[in-house]
Amino acid sequence: MADTQTSTPPSQTRAVAAPTLTAMSVVAPAVGWLIPGAGHLIQKRWLRGLLLMISVVAMFAFGLAMDGKIYQSNTGDLLDILGFISDLGAGALYILGRMLDWGGNAIYIATADYGTKFIAVAGLLNIISAVDAYHIAIGKKQ
Amino acid sequence: MILALQLSHFSAAFLFALFSSIVFGICFRNNTREMVRYGAYCFAVFIVGMWIAGWVMWIIHH
Repeated sequence: MADTQTSTPPSQTRAVAAPTLTAMSVVAPAVGWLIPGAGHLIQKRWLRGLLLMISVVAMFAFGLAMDGKIYQSNTGDLLDILGFISDLGAGALYILGRMLDWGGNAIYIATADYGTKFIAVAGLLNIISAVDAYHIAIGKKQ
Repeated sequence: MILALQLSHFSAAFLFALFSSIVFGICFRNNTREMVRYGAYCFAVFIVGMWIAGWVMWIIHH
């Protein structure tokens, strides 16, 4: 019986190999999560980093300005836990918001509900940008 | 906060579409030209989708 494993060309073996873990591949997504857009900025993707930073920070700020709610971690309600995970994606913005007690009011106008969604989506968009920073760091993307 | 920013449905959805499209364009495509095109496409889909959903809700309501 022929050995099929030995017949695989070296180029194909290289193509499926796991990406190398470098310091940048750890630091970029972590910094990108903590400070929106910073994962791109430390890899010298200036314009992309700046646009991501403006988008996420502006969305979070608009959410707060619309009196949106920042979720807490220990309410026990499933939807609140999901909201908390989304909000946590905003990194330092979430930490700052909790420290300064922003977004703690009860929702009493329709736009406040929009604001809550803006804050949650800002966190989710920041997670996407942190993953993108990781892809740049491992060379999967330019 | 004492004074909450009161945006209309359209203004809020417009801002949402704008910021989301920028992030989608940058993160889901590989070069600058494709990023701009995909960001514009996402923005158009958001706005057109919102416009259609608005009319569907108006028809259901009436």
